[in-house]
Order: sequence, then structure tokens, then C-alpha cells
Amino acid sequence: MSIVLKNVSYTYGKSGSDCGQALKDISLEIHKGEFLAIVGHTGSGKSTLIQLFNGLERATQGEVYFQGENIYSKGFSMKRLRSKVGLVFQYPEHQLFEATVIKDVEFGPRNMGQEPLQVELNSFQALKDVGISEELLDVSVLALSGGQKRRVAIAGVLAMQPEFLVLDEPMAGLDPAGRREIFSLLKKLHEERGITIVFVSHSMEDVAEYADRVVVMNQGQIVLDGKPRRIFHYEKELQQIGLGVPQAAQLVHRLAERGAGIEQDCLTADESAAAILRWLEK
Amino acid sequence: MIRDITIGQYYRADSVIHRLDPRVKIVGTLLYIISLFAFRGFAGYAAAVVFFGVIVFLSKVPLSYILRGLKPVFFVLIFTSVLNLFWTPGESFFTWGVIDLTWEGLYKTIFIALRLIFLVLGSSLMTFTTTPNQLTDALEKLLGPLRHLRVPVHELSMMMSIALRFIPILVDETDKIMKAQAARGADFESGSIMQRLKSMVPILIPLFVSAVRRADDLALAMDARCYHGGAGRTKMHPLRYRGQDFVAYIVCICYSLLIFVV
Ligand SMILES: Nc1ncnc2c1ncn2[C@@H]1O[C@H](COP(=O)(O)OP(=O)(O)OP(=O)(O)O)[C@@H](O)[C@H]1O
Ligand SMILES: [Mg+2]
Repeated sequence: MSIVLKNVSYTYGKSGSDCGQALKDISLEIHKGEFLAIVGHTGSGKSTLIQLFNGLERATQGEVYFQGENIYSKGFSMKRLRSKVGLVFQYPEHQLFEATVIKDVEFGPRNMGQEPLQVELNSFQALKDVGISEELLDVSVLALSGGQKRRVAIAGVLAMQPEFLVLDEPMAGLDPAGRREIFSLLKKLHEERGITIVFVSHSMEDVAEYADRVVVMNQGQIVLDGKPRRIFHYEKELQQIGLGVPQAAQLVHRLAERGAGIEQDCLTADESAAAILRWLEK
Repeated sequence: MIRDITIGQYYRADSVIHRLDPRVKIVGTLLYIISLFAFRGFAGYAAAVVFFGVIVFLSKVPLSYILRGLKPVFFVLIFTSVLNLFWTPGESFFTWGVIDLTWEGLYKTIFIALRLIFLVLGSSLMTFTTTPNQLTDALEKLLGPLRHLRVPVHELSMMMSIALRFIPILVDETDKIMKAQAARGADFESGSIMQRLKSMVPILIPLFVSAVRRADDLALAMDARCYHGGAGRTKMHPLRYRGQDFVAYIVCICYSLLIFVV
């Protein structure tokens, strides 16, 4: 039960020319139940990569397997793949189009050929999951706030009942409260529904807080892959490719550099605070 | 999917023709088109072909690239040719059943086809060698005198350049929206015509909404930079004639004089 990418390359525009190569020889396995973060500098190929997961873009080289089946083989149902691997694009609220909230959410499940009653049930449930209250179901999507629109858009994908939920920068352009809301939603879906979450992010703080695995990309290649705790040991390497580590971890690293005998295994502000206290008490 | 569309196709190259003042190219193209319609007889068309050939050579745009511009008019070309060939009265040289070919018809077919072909090729050569922004700049300058007749020349050219600037952005946006809806299982490729038209709704509505939003943002940004129309506005790269432009004008005028000779 996983998505596997095997030696995948992707080139925009004319294949063969080297200039538009967005992904180079990527191998990656996403296991069911993971909470995976994909990070990388602007233009490192994150958005391109996640579009391979549900077959929206076809790899120029290499193979993609979903639950052991090659998705490029003849007779493989892309429709089924897209319902199993739900993809939420960046600024998904820009793709809402129906007159009312509930109708827009129903678009996905209806395309998937679900029974009318099932469509309604799933859409209703999805909206409930993302925390859109019942009074808003028949309201125009244009009348919602930015954060609400984004949650409706996520509900539109959730209503297809995916097993994998892939989100491209789900927090972009939201205020701290909005970010927290989206993240607690993702966490809830992960814990209660058992949905595998893959998200692209620029914020190392978010990654440290939520992800249990991090994939770091640079210039179309995966350069680091592992638990956040391990990844953030490579502060120098991350800085070289235009990334950083969470500020709390950075503080601890700096203290250690100045000769403080402090544990460096910190991710979040709380952990760093505890480590600093322990060091001071010594 | 939709990315294959190329509009306002500028072919980047470094040539004399590319460096010419865009006004020269517009005036030259106009003269060329007029000449196509004024010429009578083969000598004139031979001159038109040679002139075009020389410009293409100077422009460094590959011929195959230019010929591709004929694709959209291909059917019009066939259609008019057939009409002219079969339905022009005159002295016939071939009769077979209802088919009656005349010399007049044959000449007319050839001339009209030549006119159409070089009309398209000539104007596409202009867009290949001139960026859309240069074109609007030149149009604004050339049509400038119409201001006195209360024609809003500056506003029109500003609208044109904004429209041109938005084409690639909207193409990009369309691509994104299509992918997002495809991720929700939308299907644009199969089904009856009605179904396919209906499947366009989830693309068109977000596209319109985003176009309006962008227009709104742009209007605000222009306002914030004190844009208030054309009066007193100066240009970062004002159009200025140089030596080569005068030479080009003279060449174009000499070419046009051929109308009276042949
Ligand atoms: N539609 C496209 N056509 C051509 N090249 C593209 C296209 N989309 C992306 N690219 C190129 O592919 C590379 C990877 O782009 P991608 O959008 O995947 O990066 P990203 O990691 O998502 O960046 P960001 O953090 O800015 O979203 C970039 O060099 C980009 O210029
Ligand atoms: Mg991206």
C-alpha cells in the first residue's frame, strides 16, 4: 500500500533538451500512514514531483507504481488513482466554480461515479471534517473568507475519499491562526481517518512540528530523506541549498558551537527550552 | 495541454530586421500588402516574391518557421482557389463534362492565391521580428495625430499592450485550473460535444474570476503609481529613427514605385 517512484525524470517542453529538466532520476517510496513533508528552494521541483503521484504529469523517464501496479501500464484506471491520491494544488480556492459550497464539493465524487446518495453523504462529511458549519452549505463560494474557501477546496478533494492526501503549500497566504487550523485539520485526518498526508512547505517550523518524515529537494533531486530530527543535523548543507533549520534548533546549535554542553536533538521551541534549562541547571 | 498555443509569436534573433524601428516595419508591411493588390501580371509578383525572400534572409527567421503561419489559412486558400478555378467565365482551354476551365480562371486563381499567401507571410514576418510591445509603441506613435480628432490613441494602445501581456498569464492559469479539475476527476477529452462543452464550465468560471481579480489588482497598482492616462507621459525607451531606418524607408518606397512600372 504505497506510492513508489522509480528512477523518475521529468522534463518540461521538448524532451531531450537538458534545459527544462525539472526532476532528475528520483526514487522515492511513500508508505501508507506517513506524514511526509517535501521541502526545497523555489524551483527545486516540488510541485512537479507531486503531480506525478496521481498521474497528472507523465514522467519522461522511469516508472510510478501505486499499490504495486505500474500506473503507466495499459488498462490502469487514472480515475481510480486520482480518487485514491487526492491532490490539492497551491491556492486551491482559485479553482472553486460552482454556485454553492456543497455543489462544488460534490464535483469530485460525482466525477468519480459515486451514487448520488453517496455523493451527498461524502460531501457533507468532508465539509464537516474541515470544519465548515452547516449554515454555509448553500452559500456562494465567493462569499466566504480566504481560509474558509481553502477549507472548502480541501473538502472538495476529501469528498472523493482519498487514501493519500497531497497538498502543495497548503498554508501559503494564510495568517498564523489559519495555518494552525489547516494543520490541526491535517493532523486530525491523519490520526482519525488514517489518511496518508504529503505536504509541500517552505516553513521549517511547520515541518518540525508536524511531519514524521522529510524529503529535501534541490535542483530536481532528492538530497536528504529521513526523520526531521536527523535532517536538521545537516544545518550547513541545508543552508547551502537555500534552506534553514527551525529557529529553536538553530539557537541550540549556536550555543553548542560556542562550547555549551547541550543536547542538540531539539526540534520545537518547547524541546529547545527544556534542553537549555537542563544545560543551565548542570 | 494548452501550452502548445503560441500567440504573438516573436522569434528571438539578432538581425537587421529585428533591429529596425517598429514603425518602419509597420509602414513597410502596409506598403507590401498594398503592392500585392496593386500588381498586375507576373513581373510584379516575381518582384514581391524576391523582395520577401530577401527580407526573410536578412531576418534570420527559418523559412520553415514562417511557412507554418500558412496552416490556419490553408482551407480558405483551397476554397477560394476551387471557386475561382471552376467558376470564372472566359476562354476555355479544357472541358470535360460539367468541368470547364478557363485561362482567366487559371490566372485569377494563381494571383489570388499568391496574394493571400504573401499577405499572411508578410504580416507574420512582421510579428516574428517585432515584439508585441514594440508593435503597440509604434502604433501609438503612428496613430498619434488622430488624437486631434479625439481618438483615444494612448488608451487604445495601453489596452492592447495589457491584453498582450495577459495572454501568457492566462494560458498559464488555464493550464493550472485544468490540472486542478482533472485531479478532481474532470474529463475534458471524451464524451459527446455537449458533454465536452459542459466540461469547460469548471475551467471557464475560475478563469473569468481570476481574470477579473487580476484586472482589479492591476488597476490598483497602476493607480498607486499615479497612472492618469497619456498626457505628459514619457517613455523609458522612446522610439528614435536611426540611419538604417531611413535606408529601409527608401528601399520600401523604391519597391512601392514598382507598382507604377510593372
Ligand atoms: N509549466 C512549466 N513549463 C516549463 N517549465 C516549468 C513549468 N513549471 C515549472 N517549470 C520549471 O521546472 C522547475 C521546477 O518547478 P516547480 O514548480 O516544480 O518548483 P517548486 O519546487 O514547486 O517551486 P516553488 O517553491 O516556487 O513552488 C523550475 O525550474 C521551473 O522553472
Ligand atoms: Mg511549487
